[in-house]
Amino acid sequence: MARIIVITSGKGGVGKTTTSAALAMGLAQKGHRTAVVDFDVGLRNLDLIMGCERRVVYDFVNVINNEATLNQALIRDRRCDTLFVLPASQTRDKQALTKEGVGKVLDELSHTFDYVVCDSPAGIEHGATMAMYYADDAVVVTNPEVSSVRDSDRMLGILASKSRRAETNAEPICEYLLLTRYSPERVAKGEMLSVDDVQEILSLNLLGVIPESKSVLNASNAGVPVILDTESGAGQAYGDVVARYLGEQLPYRFLDVEKKGFFSRLFRG
Amino acid sequence: MGLLDFFLTSSPKGSAAVAKERLQILVAHDRTERNRPSYLPKLQREILEVIRKYVDVDVNAISVNYEQEDSREILELNIVLPEVAQR
Repeated sequence: MARIIVITSGKGGVGKTTTSAALAMGLAQKGHRTAVVDFDVGLRNLDLIMGCERRVVYDFVNVINNEATLNQALIRDRRCDTLFVLPASQTRDKQALTKEGVGKVLDELSHTFDYVVCDSPAGIEHGATMAMYYADDAVVVTNPEVSSVRDSDRMLGILASKSRRAETNAEPICEYLLLTRYSPERVAKGEMLSVDDVQEILSLNLLGVIPESKSVLNASNAGVPVILDTESGAGQAYGDVVARYLGEQLPYRFLDVEKKGFFSRLFRG
Repeated sequence: MGLLDFFLTSSPKGSAAVAKERLQILVAHDRTERNRPSYLPKLQREILEVIRKYVDVDVNAISVNYEQEDSREILELNIVLPEVAQR
């Protein structure tokens, strides 16, 4: 049986799809059979971030409606052969994702995969609740910024009440915090909430901290999950996230300002 | 500018402290709202209807409060009756 992981946040633009792509690629690179599913019906973007947008023939809704088989809709990644993408549909009918339909597809995926990563749309509407309903684990992607932290807390409330695990009184969803777009320089200046500040409010299992990095935009421009950019801080931080998710104990990196010499500080800007 | 920054960065008190304080208050408030039973508004409306059969009270004369402490839950119902009962 696969472990079902939802990548969620409430707020948009915090890095859900970037994280879904990176986590799925990282798990697949470790040899786990991994499927990454786009739940953002009508606004599909995971295929672009994964770089497989021109290979989409069938989608999630086609599979639910029995217009295609799961194998026809799954796109095998060209860089890693244990990774598959299930794209969202571009239909405007958001109700196309029925609870039964999603359950059926996830159940079928569970038989052949080790991990199913669900990329949730922003908001708390139908698509977002469907993405989290069947989850075993939830990664709450948060920016160190007031509206994002508040929305994340709201999401935690929904995860605790509107998931299958909550409804069947099963063991609750395992919730992780992933702090993205972190700028140690701004934290040091007191301009940005620190990891500790955010943790004091949300107190979750910290999966990692992704530093603000130009490599994230570069990676999405090229359709390459940023975890493959092992030169970049963001890529390395996502590498740590995958290892931590799989149970490794790693120190948190990229939390402190890089040491600069006296002269570079003096003549900065 | 670089030189000025160098001497000014010694005071770390910035907007993050304000953000944290605001969030702590907000999140605590959100959480108490979230834990309220969802039937409260309906309960308030129906109680009001029953009372109005007998006493002419104002919509705002009834308040229903729900509080949760460690081991107990308190449902507090407050009805302000008019000075002289009419009808």
